[in-house]
Amino acid sequence: MNTVRQSSAAEPERFEFSAAPLHKFDLARREFFKFLGAGVAVFLVAKDALAAQETPPGSRSFHNEELPKEITSWLHVGEDGIVTGFTGKAEMGQNIRTSISQTIADELRVPFESVRLVMADTSLTPFDAGTFGSRTTPTMTPQFRRVAEAARNLLVGVAAKEWNVAPEGLVAADAKVTDPASKRSLSYAELARGKALAQNLPAEDPITPAREWRVAGKPLLKVDGRAFVTGSHKYTSDIRLEGMLYGKVLRQPSFGATLASCDDSAAKAMNGVTVVRDGDFVGVTAPSVREAQKALDAIRTQWKEVPQVSSKEIFSYLKKNAESSSNERFRHQKGSVEEGLAAAVHRLETTHNVAYIAHAPLEPRAAVAQWTDGRLTVWTGTQRPFANRDELASVFHLPESSVRVIVPDTGAAYGGKHTTDAAIEAARLARAVGKPVKVVWTREEEFTWAYFRPAGVIEVKSGISKEGKLTAWEFHNYHSGMSGIETPYDVANQHTEYHQVPLVLRSGSYRGLAATANHFARETHMDALAHVAQMDSLEFRLKNLSDARTRAVLEAAAKSFGWPRKKTQEGQGFGLACGFEKGSYVAACVEVAVNRASGDVRVVRVVEAFECGAIVNPDGLRNQVVGAIIQGLGGALFEAVEFENGRITNPHFAAYRVPRFRDVPEIEAVLLDRKDIPSAGAGETPIMAIAPAVGNALFDACGVRLNNLPLIPNGLRAA
Amino acid sequence: MANSLEIGVNGKRYAVNYPPDTPLLYVLHDELGLAGTKYGCGEGQCGACTVLIGGAPRRSCQIQVGSAATKPITTIEGLEKDGKLHPVQQAFLDAGAFQCAFCTSGMVMSSVGLLQTNVNPKREDIVQFLQGNICRCGTHPRIIEAVQHAAKMMQERAR
Repeated sequence: MNTVRQSSAAEPERFEFSAAPLHKFDLARREFFKFLGAGVAVFLVAKDALAAQETPPGSRSFHNEELPKEITSWLHVGEDGIVTGFTGKAEMGQNIRTSISQTIADELRVPFESVRLVMADTSLTPFDAGTFGSRTTPTMTPQFRRVAEAARNLLVGVAAKEWNVAPEGLVAADAKVTDPASKRSLSYAELARGKALAQNLPAEDPITPAREWRVAGKPLLKVDGRAFVTGSHKYTSDIRLEGMLYGKVLRQPSFGATLASCDDSAAKAMNGVTVVRDGDFVGVTAPSVREAQKALDAIRTQWKEVPQVSSKEIFSYLKKNAESSSNERFRHQKGSVEEGLAAAVHRLETTHNVAYIAHAPLEPRAAVAQWTDGRLTVWTGTQRPFANRDELASVFHLPESSVRVIVPDTGAAYGGKHTTDAAIEAARLARAVGKPVKVVWTREEEFTWAYFRPAGVIEVKSGISKEGKLTAWEFHNYHSGMSGIETPYDVANQHTEYHQVPLVLRSGSYRGLAATANHFARETHMDALAHVAQMDSLEFRLKNLSDARTRAVLEAAAKSFGWPRKKTQEGQGFGLACGFEKGSYVAACVEVAVNRASGDVRVVRVVEAFECGAIVNPDGLRNQVVGAIIQGLGGALFEAVEFENGRITNPHFAAYRVPRFRDVPEIEAVLLDRKDIPSAGAGETPIMAIAPAVGNALFDACGVRLNNLPLIPNGLRAA
Repeated sequence: MANSLEIGVNGKRYAVNYPPDTPLLYVLHDELGLAGTKYGCGEGQCGACTVLIGGAPRRSCQIQVGSAATKPITTIEGLEKDGKLHPVQQAFLDAGAFQCAFCTSGMVMSSVGLLQTNVNPKREDIVQFLQGNICRCGTHPRIIEAVQHAAKMMQERAR
């Protein structure tokens, strides 16, 4: 336990995807129906597990079967007609509770209102690697369609048996099965009554095409919206358990500092306070947050600090400390950049620095931990409940089956809540005091001890022909990451490479990962190239772009925006950018207004076109797209984590500026619905075009090329 | 810790055991269990803890409970009357004006405060008034729309 900080500082999530380990489903199969009541249940089994587990289709007695080890999702239809879906995904504002419920209602042919979703509870839901990487919609939507379809067929089968007719002639709709020949019908509730039917399902059954969706594809509002406008929804930080204490953890004054001495006698003497020390871990519990804070403040410490890199020197540091042996995995080469450059009439080199930024979700990291007979239950707002469970099991030397992690719908994450920090802290304190303990990080802790979107340096070198066609493209990313590093443009000669650098600040996932930095560098560079070629930015891009879906969003955004626009005012500027990532496509056109005298910059209007295949919920999607645009404006214009001597120097909303109402432009989201393409996720890609489009508009407005993010942390005059 | 402090919240009297210099937020959220009022920063910078004190929107993390004892306090839990949502709540719901919704209580309370003094706010008035409320999910345009819609509903009701 003396390695809390180190163990939680591990960063497996930095590049997000890692292979999912094999896990057992906690709930013994015979307990399903005991837990849920009688009815019909369908389990989707991962492909690999099927060879050993496959059962013939059709209903069969439940207790005869063993539980498949690789269930990925499952569904239950109860005697009351309530349909319950189970998924390990977590709701954090991206509105998947609504969109998955829609999908289930659609495929099962039941009213939307009869669907419930149990999410992100390691004891009740199937294993899931985590809610990240825009994976929920492309994976869970088809999975739930398949289980819902199978459940529907099971119910039809029950009715057919009941009426002694062939199932083929029966119709399932509006939560009942009807026999058109005899006009008889039975509701799903009636059909499920007294049954314990279960079916395992292979993961590849056909599903209803998007053109035939009835409930999915509609702009339904957030399924439990009322709980949020009335304040009754309980986030992790709102949970109160009987006898619960409040915990605080002592933080180092600077990164890497170690404890030289610690006098906790004054804190220990305080009424109701317990001090918990375990190696370098020092924490307190008290009956209230304030008493816990006072106790923490009363602990006298001396620290041994170590020199740390500051934000002023970070970019040269990253460049200097890049690891020399670049992995093949990180490099992509085609043709000869040298020859391409030699053949070019114009050549251009640019360097782009991208600052660390913070997620700053409005609900800080929080956890409530409770020990009962050696078993640990933790409520925490995390994107990775099962990984959190495993980490808790490992830290406390418990079998995984003794740890339960429950994720209440959470006050946002944006890629920032992968780790187990608050959960481990609450659990350690709770174990010491023998009572439930809640730990809620302060805003300053959140800004300092969470992790950041990594900083990076990006170097781009290119050449174009007389006709404005790309002849060479060389792109190096130092530290920030590989996502979105490949160019969507047609270039015969190219070299892209990612250079790893040992971490400076604790870094991890952030909405879109490095794709935002890579899109910024590429689209800024492309704009500069268009200028060199004396071509319109849109025309130049289209000339070098054959990818049909990227062209479609670019043209859609340009059309709605009215590109090319004539300037009608002093200081007006227009810019655009485009790209794709994780199966979805984005293009943004931006208008800015610059006051040259004052240096004031205003983003006036954003038109963004987005396409992610068949749209499951246009209302939720619009919220995600507009939200990404606004969040993206922060990182584009002014967000940057500053640090010196191992301390974050702007760990408050007063110093770390995030977009507020006055920063919000007129926004138009153009959603292209491709019913012929499977749905992709939409939580990340909509953020990627905004920064370069704003930067390019600023260049258009005042002729200053801004190559770094944030573009104007101190206003345009300082840039 | 026991003392004779009492506060009036949502029309009910509550005995407060936390010391009088405790920020009102912690009394509401932790002691009284009125958890709709949120901790977002504790620094008066994000607006998630906004409540009405004597009808005016205030950051409950910046106000000592002792100084709030003489005025009626309204939290998000006190807006709903007889199972009917306040027009601002209804308008937020209708507009889908939240994503993670952690800011929603504060946004709603600030907006209720605004509409008490300005029954027909222009867009700029809303932007100005809600400038101190952070929404990290970027739902601002819908929040503005919801406040305008609520203003209309309230005017129609008043007629």
